[in-house]
Amino acid sequence: MADESEALRKQILSARKNNQKLNIVGGGTKDFMGRTADSHAETLSLAEHTGIVEYHPVELIMTVRAGTRIADIEAALAEEGQCLHFEPPRFGDASTLGGTLACNLSGPARPWTGSVRDQVLGIRLLNGKGEHLRFGGQVMKNVAGYDVSRLQAGAMGTLGAITEISLKVMPLPASSMTLVQDMPMADVIRYMNQRAGESKPITGAAWVDGKVYLRLSGARSAVEATAEKWSGEVMEQGEAFWKQLQHMTHEFFQGDAPLWRFSVGSTAPNPELDGPMLIDWAGSQRWYRGEANMAKLESMAKPAGGQVSLFRGGDRSDEVMHYQPEALQNIQKRLKESFDPDGLFNPGRLYSWL
Amino acid sequence: MKTRPSISKAELAEKFRSFIDPDFVITDNETMKPYECDGMSMYCEMPMLVVLPETASQVQQVMRLCNEYRVPVVARGAGTGLSAGAMPHKEGVVLSLAKFNRILEVDPLARTARLQPGVRNLAISEEVAQHGLYYGPDPSSQIACTIGGNVAENSGGVHCLKYGLTVHNILSVEMITAEGDRVVVGNDALDGCGMDLLAVMTGSEGLLGIVTEVKVKLLPKPEVARVVMAGFDSVQKAGDAVGGIISAGIIPGGLEMMDGYAIVAADDFAQAGYPRDAKALLLCEVDGTVEEVQEHIEQAENLFRELGATSVKTSQSEEERALLWKGRKSAFPAVGRISPDYYCMDGTIPRRQLAHVLLEMEKMSEKFGLRVANVFHAGDGNLHPLILFDANVPGEFERTEAFGGSILNLCVEVGGCITGEHGVGVEKIRQMAVQFNDEELQQFHDLKVAFDPRGILNPGKGVPALKFCQEYRSLEYKQHDHDTVEVAHG
Ligand SMILES: Cc1cc2nc3c(=O)[nH]c(=O)nc-3n(C[C@H](O)[C@H](O)[C@H](O)COP(=O)(O)OP(=O)(O)OC[C@H]3O[C@@H](n4cnc5c(N)ncnc54)[C@H](O)[C@@H]3O)c2cc1C
Repeated sequence: MADESEALRKQILSARKNNQKLNIVGGGTKDFMGRTADSHAETLSLAEHTGIVEYHPVELIMTVRAGTRIADIEAALAEEGQCLHFEPPRFGDASTLGGTLACNLSGPARPWTGSVRDQVLGIRLLNGKGEHLRFGGQVMKNVAGYDVSRLQAGAMGTLGAITEISLKVMPLPASSMTLVQDMPMADVIRYMNQRAGESKPITGAAWVDGKVYLRLSGARSAVEATAEKWSGEVMEQGEAFWKQLQHMTHEFFQGDAPLWRFSVGSTAPNPELDGPMLIDWAGSQRWYRGEANMAKLESMAKPAGGQVSLFRGGDRSDEVMHYQPEALQNIQKRLKESFDPDGLFNPGRLYSWL
Repeated sequence: MKTRPSISKAELAEKFRSFIDPDFVITDNETMKPYECDGMSMYCEMPMLVVLPETASQVQQVMRLCNEYRVPVVARGAGTGLSAGAMPHKEGVVLSLAKFNRILEVDPLARTARLQPGVRNLAISEEVAQHGLYYGPDPSSQIACTIGGNVAENSGGVHCLKYGLTVHNILSVEMITAEGDRVVVGNDALDGCGMDLLAVMTGSEGLLGIVTEVKVKLLPKPEVARVVMAGFDSVQKAGDAVGGIISAGIIPGGLEMMDGYAIVAADDFAQAGYPRDAKALLLCEVDGTVEEVQEHIEQAENLFRELGATSVKTSQSEEERALLWKGRKSAFPAVGRISPDYYCMDGTIPRRQLAHVLLEMEKMSEKFGLRVANVFHAGDGNLHPLILFDANVPGEFERTEAFGGSILNLCVEVGGCITGEHGVGVEKIRQMAVQFNDEELQQFHDLKVAFDPRGILNPGKGVPALKFCQEYRSLEYKQHDHDTVEVAHG
């Protein structure tokens, strides 16, 4: 529980003076993501900048310092019967909220409950000039000024060090239940989308190893009535399965083979690939394991309405994120310049050109 | 950045007419008159000219020319905005998207729709109803306002506590940049690689790009929706009841509050059967499956009674539900009937500050000698105080503006913000200096440059020039000190 923002600011100012690049690190559990970090850069650690600044359960809003561990946040919320309902993945105990927002990581409920980006209401940010700025707010609705808070989602720290985050929290669902049944991959996309189109309390739809899993959560009566109606067997320990997806501890994610993430239209046909696949988010997120050529996968992701990225493993000296057209590259380069004119933060971590 | 356009009106019009139907390049004052303001009609300006392109490539050409000659461009949807965001620039072009009114594609299985920006908000839900779907955000202006305007303002509605704002309900936008590039931000997927440019475009009030296509998410229509109406003899009790519902783990589809003035005005207008002697009224809509709604309605009724409601009534039919909402949805015009003019504010506050803020507003109402009625998106803390005034009484609008400004300052003071959904535009530009400091405002200016290097998109809106901020802040201090009301006309 400490406010380290002044020390962080000083480190940025001195780095600026000495033309020293900075790698922003929270808990260090996502070091494997993005491109290989610049080895000459100094670490700007947010790990000590922790603590819940404000929490009003009745307002459904919490403000925390960015280095606060997800585990600590979830524990505080659980005491009030609430949760982060974007289900943040944790790749270790040290995972922080700041890193989760910078990488825009959300769990299996994301299509229904929204992503971390969706829940963010405001941030404080140290930019490359060492200015400690406040954007958004601690209220549910705020359209004053540009949405700099959500801009950070996926920026991987290239625009500055997020120091504080206000976000929407939600009540824990009263009950949940998982239905499982066998289904070939060829049929599953249509099936999941049909289910997602019904007005039922669905909060998960995934497919792996020839089985489709649907999760229902909400008012007990609604969950039970839906489970009655829908096919599939009630899975004992269903929640454990979703936790394995959320934290990527499921067997599918084990081993060293490169892990690719297709983020595509939910009804797009599956890419024709040989290796193992796991489908989540009712079809919007598809994981693939195997050696592959980035350009080839990009050419598959595009007609599927989305993008591909090399999530873990493989060659991380080259690009790992889907290419961006030139006009969008230019906008992002200029945005970077506007926040970080000396290019201090996470050089080349997101894209080689950023 | 502020250099004058380097082309005359006649020359520019001629260039536009070479690629746009000449009837839709408007240069005469009479035909331009309807474009002089948006829904915030107190702020007017005549543009240099108005142009109505009908293809994205025409928009591209318009932008290239305007960028080359440094001509300001103000995009315009339906003109229902309530912050003068679409008010023309006197040396600039109004770029109306009225001809972009087609629904391009509906995909019922993927639950998405691809739209031109001039499609009306309500038309989306009407079109997709045949598939059991609807579009979530439902501003009260939904009969008229466009999806392009919704994106530009990040509009909300009575259902956004549960279903989110525009930013939560769109997948991608195609836009034309200030320099005339045609780009798509976002895609059919839920998340993309890199910075979230879609988020920064949403709510950018026409300052970062011209939206020429929008892909929205659609939601399955709930099996059933019911409304519980509860009257209270104090605002404080009603405010506590809102907290009570949410603490009980119920996220209502809509949760709206009205104060005494608004209750009577709305009931006169809609004959909705509201408890006219109540000091505060809550409308709590629960939607979902039949079972869930049953369970939550019972819980809500009991809670309201426990928390001191003087009356509780639940809709028993669709007609009754519609009637209860009719009062709320027509609250603005209803208040319009009890006063020659009204001025709608849009601050957001932490809900726990509600009673305090309403009390302070009552004091201000006395001080300024103007009545105020309150409708309130209670679930998410978004206040809409309606200040009643008469524009024909000299000085009364100026007093109204000053009253409004004080309300916004109060919202910031209690930890809230100056606008929840209507945007900053011209109207709240001075209060930006209260919510943000100079470094933050400068960062906004720098961000805009990344999209619009020459500053031609909707200049003078959204973010104030820093030199005016110091003046405004010191003026505010003076007001606090001497309690005098004197604000320069905007
Ligand atoms: C009676 C009434 C009730 C209202 N209720 C609500 C409500 O409940 N919730 C709410 O959020 N708002 C509400 N509003 C405000 C208003 O309707 C919304 O802000 C709406 O989104 C504006 O849409 P429009 O098409 O009229 O946009 P306009 O007023 O034409 O423009 C608004 C802004 O968007 C920009 N713009 C428009 N189209 C584009 C485009 N294609 N590309 C780039 N920029 C563009 C303009 O430059 C301007 O800055 C209400 C207004 C009225 C009059």
